Amino acid sequence: MSGLSRRVGLGGGSIIGGRVTMALDPDALRSLATRRQVVLVTGTNGKTTTSHMVAAALRSLGLVAHNASGSNMADGALAALTDALDAEWAVLEVDELHLAGVASATDPAAMVILNLTRDQLDRAAEVRRTAAAIARAVVAHPQTTVFANADDPMVVWAASEAVRPVWVGAGSVWRSDTVGCPSCGRSLTESATGWHCECGLTRPSPSWWLEDDIAHGPGVSSRLALSLPGQFNLGNALMALAASVTAGVEPEAAIAKISALSRVAGRYARIQYGRHTLRLLLAKNPAGWAATIAMLDGSRPVVVAVNAREADGRDTSWLWDVEFERLVGRVVAASGERAADLGVRLSYAGIPHVTNTDPLAALAEFLEGEVDVVANYTAFHSLYRRLERAG
Amino acid sequence: MLPDSEVSVCTLLPDVLGTYSDGGNARVLCSRLRWRGIPARQVTCTVDQQPPTSCDIYLLGGGEDTSQLFATEWLRQHPQLCNTLADRSLTLAVCAGMQILGVSMADVHGREHVGVGLLNITTTPRRRRATGEVVSRSAEVGLLTGFENHRGATELGDDVRPLAHVLSGVGNGDGRFGRRATDGVRTDHIIATYMHGPVLARNPALADHILASVTGSSLTEIDLPDQRALRESYLAGSASQTMRGGKRG
Ligand SMILES: [Zn+2]
Repeated sequence: MSGLSRRVGLGGGSIIGGRVTMALDPDALRSLATRRQVVLVTGTNGKTTTSHMVAAALRSLGLVAHNASGSNMADGALAALTDALDAEWAVLEVDELHLAGVASATDPAAMVILNLTRDQLDRAAEVRRTAAAIARAVVAHPQTTVFANADDPMVVWAASEAVRPVWVGAGSVWRSDTVGCPSCGRSLTESATGWHCECGLTRPSPSWWLEDDIAHGPGVSSRLALSLPGQFNLGNALMALAASVTAGVEPEAAIAKISALSRVAGRYARIQYGRHTLRLLLAKNPAGWAATIAMLDGSRPVVVAVNAREADGRDTSWLWDVEFERLVGRVVAASGERAADLGVRLSYAGIPHVTNTDPLAALAEFLEGEVDVVANYTAFHSLYRRLERAG
Repeated sequence: MLPDSEVSVCTLLPDVLGTYSDGGNARVLCSRLRWRGIPARQVTCTVDQQPPTSCDIYLLGGGEDTSQLFATEWLRQHPQLCNTLADRSLTLAVCAGMQILGVSMADVHGREHVGVGLLNITTTPRRRRATGEVVSRSAEVGLLTGFENHRGATELGDDVRPLAHVLSGVGNGDGRFGRRATDGVRTDHIIATYMHGPVLARNPALADHILASVTGSSLTEIDLPDQRALRESYLAGSASQTMRGGKRG
């Protein structure tokens, strides 16, 4: 089925495969999920990376079905299960607003909730409403072990009714959407032991945490030497480690698998294109950008590509919540279908730049060598497809 | 205002309102002042601070229901600030920021809440959320482009002028009986709109209109790279929309 969709040119293949099966049998997801151990991974940023980490670690226990391409709605989950009928395990990245539906069909052994910040407001309305939807999924599955980020107040609020919570101190790089308490709206107080609110909502004491790059957990104290860059990915790795060790993977084996991961569905890939070596990064919202800016190499030129299609969110306002000021001093190109919106934003950030809607054409302005390319969702995928064809 | 004195721009409650990146508007105003050699001071005032009452420009952004009620209550607790907003400064109020300055607003459950009362407008919930691009025409600054995302239908009192007339999109949601919908409100001291986010980045003429009225002087043109392309991409087709809109009324 995936072969067919690729032949007719419908892109990744996994989504269309799922749709066809769904049309044949509405209960397909439910029946395909029975007798498997299902792990659902959700959150605004890091779903794809973390689910790849969990899948890599669980493979030391057996076959794993995984929606590796990032098709993260019910049909993507269905396609992943259809493609691996023999797999005893399933790791499914799930869109936050589809968690409740996918969970009710798959009765998951575990849910991993990474972070909840603003993504695409024109589609998903407010963050709190997303958190409330996740809270309902948590309450509906008392048997499920819920791995939740203790450093993200919105996640803690969403997971607060979990019967079997495992709190993970995965860190948070961006708190601007939850300045107020998710429960009562008061200002949160920060202290050495974390955040808390007068109403009682408090950072739970985590059973897994990081001390620099040392991961601590029940019976675990090991250094994480990741191939992937950034503090944000250390947090993702800790979440993946907690979930896979709890599932029964030996800690050392899990750490080896997680650390070896060097690219995730094209993200972090290094690709030679003409006289440039491109490092591809995906950032699709202010929180994702905050994590990504920390990964950029100080001296490299940067191409930023922004689209505003349905999957990206039509509204480009979020560009004004990205701290592009931190790119001052670098050579920058504004690119993608919304290059003009981005270019205006960069000018107000005091950043001279070249503008070209085509990110590969924009490279012509740069000296040979290494270039960081940061793109949002559809801009990333169209660029990656072009590079794959060219490569 | 003296020609060489500083212009102060205060963003009110960025920790409560500002869900839709409305903070960008302060940056746009201050940059456009500084590029012209006029000193600008960017100030923010959060819930736990005493609000300054002598700024030239105030900005109020968008937010969800609970933040909106919280912000209303906060403003009512600071009557001196409200006096400044009413008749001394110039305020740009966006989306929820506009609604709370009105006489009343009803939430999604239909409960009515008293507003700050600086604008003679009332807001009730729409059946469907209005989400998408808006193009409107203002008599003072021409075509405006922006993105709206709200559930409010705002009714203007008889004495209240809208900021603009909607060519495409919903705006105040008051288009009916062959009348074109309006967007926002325009008084001597308050400019309000449903166009959220960096509405001033998309519409430099509106930014300069605000700046000209507080500085009392005409301002030099600024030619920003990509600005023309940005506006063309959003305004393309607005001419045909005008024609269709005209027929429909
Ligand atoms: Zn609270």
